[in-house]
Amino acid sequence: MAILVSRGLTKRFGGLVAISQLDLDVGEKAIHSIIGPNGAGKTTFFNCVTGFYRSEEGSLEFNGVSLEGLSPDRITTMGIARTYQNIRLFANMTAIENILVGMHPHLTASWLGAILRTPGTVHEERMAHQQARELLQFVGLRGKGDLLARNLPYGEQRRLEIARSLAARPTLLLLDEPTAGMNPHETIEMMAFIQRLRNELGVTIILIEHQMRVVMGISDLVTVLDYGTKISEGTPRDVQNDARVIEAYLGRRGAVAH
Amino acid sequence: MKPQRWRQTVRTGLLWGAGAVFISLVGLVEALQQRQIITGVISGGHLLLLVVALGAGISAARKHAGTGTVRQLAAAALAGAITGLLPAILVALSTVVNLRSMLVGATPQLFAVLSFARGTDALPWIVLVVAGVSALGGALTLLPGEVRSLVTTGISTLLVVGLMQEQVQLLLQTERTARIREVLFTFDGLTVRGAVLVAVVSAGFSSAWHRQRPKATRRVAGLAPEQRKALRIVGFVAAVGAILILPLFVGPFFSQVLVLVGLYTLMGLGLNLEVGFAGLLDIGFVAFFAVGAYTVGLLTTGSEIAVAHLSWWTATLIAVVVSLISGVFFGLPILGIRGDYLAIATLGFGEIIRLLVLSDFLRPWLGGSQGVLTIPKPVLFGFEFRGPEQLFFITVGASALIAFVAARLRDSRLGRAWMAMREDEDVAQAMGINLINVKLLAYGIGAVFAGVSGAIFAVMVGSVFPHSFSVLVSINVLALIIVGGMGSLPGVVVGSLFLVGLPELLREFSDFRFLVYGAALMAMMVLRPEGLWPSATRRRELHEEVPRIPEGEMVEAQEGHV
Repeated sequence: MAILVSRGLTKRFGGLVAISQLDLDVGEKAIHSIIGPNGAGKTTFFNCVTGFYRSEEGSLEFNGVSLEGLSPDRITTMGIARTYQNIRLFANMTAIENILVGMHPHLTASWLGAILRTPGTVHEERMAHQQARELLQFVGLRGKGDLLARNLPYGEQRRLEIARSLAARPTLLLLDEPTAGMNPHETIEMMAFIQRLRNELGVTIILIEHQMRVVMGISDLVTVLDYGTKISEGTPRDVQNDARVIEAYLGRRGAVAH
Repeated sequence: MKPQRWRQTVRTGLLWGAGAVFISLVGLVEALQQRQIITGVISGGHLLLLVVALGAGISAARKHAGTGTVRQLAAAALAGAITGLLPAILVALSTVVNLRSMLVGATPQLFAVLSFARGTDALPWIVLVVAGVSALGGALTLLPGEVRSLVTTGISTLLVVGLMQEQVQLLLQTERTARIREVLFTFDGLTVRGAVLVAVVSAGFSSAWHRQRPKATRRVAGLAPEQRKALRIVGFVAAVGAILILPLFVGPFFSQVLVLVGLYTLMGLGLNLEVGFAGLLDIGFVAFFAVGAYTVGLLTTGSEIAVAHLSWWTATLIAVVVSLISGVFFGLPILGIRGDYLAIATLGFGEIIRLLVLSDFLRPWLGGSQGVLTIPKPVLFGFEFRGPEQLFFITVGASALIAFVAARLRDSRLGRAWMAMREDEDVAQAMGINLINVKLLAYGIGAVFAGVSGAIFAVMVGSVFPHSFSVLVSINVLALIIVGGMGSLPGVVVGSLFLVGLPELLREFSDFRFLVYGAALMAMMVLRPEGLWPSATRRRELHEEVPRIPEGEMVEAQEGHV
């Protein structure tokens, strides 16, 4: 069953067509990778799903509900969370504060409750801190809750960003190049971590990735974009042998030589 | 050895010298000269120049830190000589050119001050004296830390008491303290004996404090939790008691200044919530102050434009609601505006409110340029809050309550959402934060704080006029939260004491208020961008909390910085 369905999705920036007539079905609890050369429209697709961009044509449905015209915060509340290609943590807030911000949609404290510090608010805050610490532990950042986000090493920032997105308790998680800038060892750890997210938390994952080893290693399904159009889709093995994919990546001559 | 160091020294001297010439020509030196500091010994203008000389020496000697005593002193003296040279040239110039035709501040009185009334004969002496004082400043940097702190405390207390002798004398006017006053002061300045006493006693206190403090903290840390709690309660009660009896001691003038500081603190807390917490730059903030003041004015006044004749307390509650609504309405059209554009848009709103209350069109309802007159004082259980000494309690109470509210909000889910929005609006929204709600709450609550301030302002003055709500009030409030420390609650209090209280006390400065603001702001941005009392976040932003540089590099980096 598909959790996210895109039909004929088109996004233009002036004369440039970033995504063109995209049909995509993301299966529940899948790890679905989107690959393609730079400028293929991968991140644009994420921005459309999360409501940051408005598409010109086509439809996007999440669990059967149209995402059209919804604001980013509404979409997050519905259960879609994301990370960013260039890490966008709240750099001057601590790790735990970052996660608490991520929990925002699930907390109910009002400003009045905060001023009066009602028992309900106090209880909720305590539970939230508890959960935030558990999340930190889950991503392997135990005991680093009071460090500033920007003072964490690169790999830990990536994991904190994922922890922050998990705090929204998403059913669909969009990861934008989670292994960018990582060394081989960190990359392997991240692959295992992504699989854990799916297996232990049951989160559906859409992954934008450049490292073929990661894509081929953990994806259930791979979609290949080029100039905003889907040129191939299938299991990692199918896609790997698709002449159109090789052409897109290496050019026509490369395809012939192959 | 290192020619660039000496070049730097010359530059330091020129810089401070230019500063001396500048404060002379704008009239600050001449204005302060009217004020005796130590009767018959030194007056304000000379003192100011001496402070410049000291500063030049300290700054020059610091740049030569670690090069040896002689070299540091020589650097200080050289910088001082150059610093002195510039005013000396100014004096010389004044004898040949009529500077006054271009510079209104270049009065004969000023040159008399600069040359100790000795004309051009004094020129070498100016250079020598300034160089000498400068060398003393350099020598100060060579003293071991403890001694230095004693000397600086002594001197700075002396400066403060000297500059504010009028107010200090007012404080000592009771019969019991009359004797102290006689020892310390003549009618218009400190006595020599008084100056020495003030310096020595303050240095003594400071030294005792520094020596006793670690012991005291250790003893407190050793106490059982219940005892510590009891101690905290005692401390709290003592602080409240001290505040309650304060107006009795300081008299109406000081109370008036304190009420004004309190009103600006209230506004500062509100603006701090918008700018410091939520990152929404707002320079039309005075609008909410006006809304609060006018609401209370119209609901309580005895004049014929009165809407009702409520008590101040009821009117203030209504003013809170009205400010909240006006804050939200103000926020609605500017929800999508960010950064610089937001500043311009808010500036417009502030002006709109001022022009509305000033307009002839609304005169039948708002009083136009004549404002709202005869606003009665608040009464509670038969106690009338007549003057500043009584209004002081209301101001302190309101400030404490609102600071408490602000602190609670900061540490809540809403506070985190504001902080996240300040850091990155797009990501905050992607985290499920409803930007519209959160922004409107920031504008609404910030407006309430300013509205309360306006409500008190209305009864303090007893009338409300449009001209009290100029854009300068907004700028002052913004300046005080920057100087105090963006996002910091104690910073707001420190900022308003510094930028509102001080100019009220030093009336000579009041003509130069905006000069002092400008200079203070620039100095803050260069020397302490995080403010006088920064919030934890702000400190983190501007100074690495855990520097991740290896030892060796750090030393180099620090040297480079100094």
